[in-house]
Amino acid sequence: MTAQLLLVQALNGLQFGVLLFLVAAGLTLVFGVMDFINLAHGVQYMLGAYLGASLAAATGSFWLGLLLALPAALACGLALEWLVFRHLYDRDHLAQVLATFGVILFLNEAVKVIWGSAPLQVPIPDALQGGIALMPGLVYPVYRVAILAAGLATAALLWLLVERTRAGALVRAGASNRPMLAAMGVDTGRLFMLVFGCGAMLAGFAGVMAAPILSVDPGMGDTVLILAFVVIVIGGIGSVRGAFVAALLVGVIETLGRSLLPDVMRLFLAPSPARQAGAALGSMLVYIAMALILAVRPRGLFPARAG
Amino acid sequence: MAVGRRGVMGGMAAATLAMPAIRARAQAAGVKIGLVAVLTGPQAALGTQLRDGFLQGLKHTGGKLGGLPAEVLVIDDELRPEVAVTKVRSAIERDRVDFVVGVVFSNILGAIARPVTESETFLISTNAGPSTFAGRGCNPFLFVTSYNNDQVHSVMGQAATDNGYRRVFVLTPNYQAGRDAVAGFRSRFKGEVVDEVYVPLTQLDFSAELAKIAAARPDAIFTFMPGGLGVNLVRQYRQAGLANIPFLSTFTVDEATLPAQQEAALGFYSAAPWAPNMDNPQNRRFVADFEAAHNYVPGSYAAQSYDAALLLDGAIRRTGGKLSDKAAMREALRAAEFQSVRGNFKFGTNHYPVQDFWLCQVARRPDGKFQTETVRKVLSNDVDPWAAECRMR
Repeated sequence: MTAQLLLVQALNGLQFGVLLFLVAAGLTLVFGVMDFINLAHGVQYMLGAYLGASLAAATGSFWLGLLLALPAALACGLALEWLVFRHLYDRDHLAQVLATFGVILFLNEAVKVIWGSAPLQVPIPDALQGGIALMPGLVYPVYRVAILAAGLATAALLWLLVERTRAGALVRAGASNRPMLAAMGVDTGRLFMLVFGCGAMLAGFAGVMAAPILSVDPGMGDTVLILAFVVIVIGGIGSVRGAFVAALLVGVIETLGRSLLPDVMRLFLAPSPARQAGAALGSMLVYIAMALILAVRPRGLFPARAG
Repeated sequence: MAVGRRGVMGGMAAATLAMPAIRARAQAAGVKIGLVAVLTGPQAALGTQLRDGFLQGLKHTGGKLGGLPAEVLVIDDELRPEVAVTKVRSAIERDRVDFVVGVVFSNILGAIARPVTESETFLISTNAGPSTFAGRGCNPFLFVTSYNNDQVHSVMGQAATDNGYRRVFVLTPNYQAGRDAVAGFRSRFKGEVVDEVYVPLTQLDFSAELAKIAAARPDAIFTFMPGGLGVNLVRQYRQAGLANIPFLSTFTVDEATLPAQQEAALGFYSAAPWAPNMDNPQNRRFVADFEAAHNYVPGSYAAQSYDAALLLDGAIRRTGGKLSDKAAMREALRAAEFQSVRGNFKFGTNHYPVQDFWLCQVARRPDGKFQTETVRKVLSNDVDPWAAECRMR
């Protein structure tokens, strides 16, 4: 393992972390501000990818597809909020989990009925073709740099929105103490809708951005959802800053753990068991890290809720 | 009240007496097939291929099997063993199916094998070919029209040896089938495996593994990444500029994943007993008619199911339509009197095929669609490594 390879792996981890952040940002806001467990957040990521894929195919341009997919994802999110989630805010978490799980099943099958069960193909836009040679024989696709840039830009924009605007102040207040906010005369229903719409759009954005490198298939949201939950729990529920730090952390731990552990294990074990044990431990590492962080800081790295 | 109850009892008794007669008539009239495939969830594309392939076969036999009108009961196993068992049981006990055909995944086959074969119903697996039923666990009521999984991986090992690759990098998911793939590949590969890397089944991003491959600079890589995993890997492999390292794979680039991989998979290798471009009359007819009807390129899932329909047609004809004589039916199935899309086809003693295996490569057809095409024959009349352990009763 050379220093160069280590650097490349760290970059890979950061890029994966940024992608996770795009999904987790919306989830943490919805969970934090509304105290609403939305398992269907991963499905919104999937919807974004499918909308982006078919709009890009229909218009012949990835950029136009992306531009159109965002309002479409927002509309889907608002429709879901209006049809289903709105009626669940005052129910307990179990009811929310059950209902949003139902939404997952429904939408996964609906996507299959509309687009078919075979994965879709989204080509990388021409402007972002090609790559940068990071080490001999390995090209780092320009498109991944674009994901990194888009993620960082989104993080900056969200930070400005949440920390520097009036709407952001209300969101933070909602995450900190919801009944008090309502008592101050703020229309929490509208605030919730706004937050939910933004969350859905962010997830949709992540989906469109991921489509050219990941497989667009029914169920693609399910794997991402679990990692997104890990991210928001580590980061502190409701905190965008926490989600950002935690997403990068999870991305780097995942990637470095997977690539380094088998080699580390070989110091103690025979090659073959070392590889399998290393791989198994590598895939557990994120969850071990989560347990350790929660043991030290039970409410995550940057807790948003008061008291 | 008492009269009423007696009336009901009488009716029931009459119904019970009438039952065998009805069954006998139903059997004489036709043949019922339970077709089991995963039709919902992320892997539904494979089940759809399997179903469409069998129904295409039935279309070519005129909707009849061995002269008997055939009725197909399509069963969605949902890729959940307990669901598959419940649905298949009721197909056998309530609907009285004469054959159970299908199954994409080995774990589903493992779950339904006992209930089906213990009821003395023939089970024809058209895709799943686990080692468990090829060796000591071979079963007189189970036939497999695909292959034993280990064979396919070993074909790639042989191909790598034949190509003179000395250093190969191996990448598979970390579960039983992934480890079997590595063992199968190693069984015929004479060179050095530079590194074995195992990834979780839920892996999304392969950048860490791709960096390792670039650093190791192998002569070729061998991988087994079914479904969406393969779509992600193939695309990212191409994007990382690694495509100059030969990509040897099993169940990673096929007609089910190629619509999503497209040119990213061009030139990548796979191993199979069949490919859509095989040049024999039966196959040309199958591929042309299948594409006309379904508007996609058939994969091995469809081809092996098509063969199963023709196998049943030949076997039922040989027994003269006598579905109740199980011993005669078994002999007829063993004879495998049908024209396979693979050219030659015969069963070994364990009811798994003895067949040729090919090195295949992804190519773009003149009409712009992608398919795997045969490069060269790697193994001839290959018998799976478990057949010797089978003591068929």
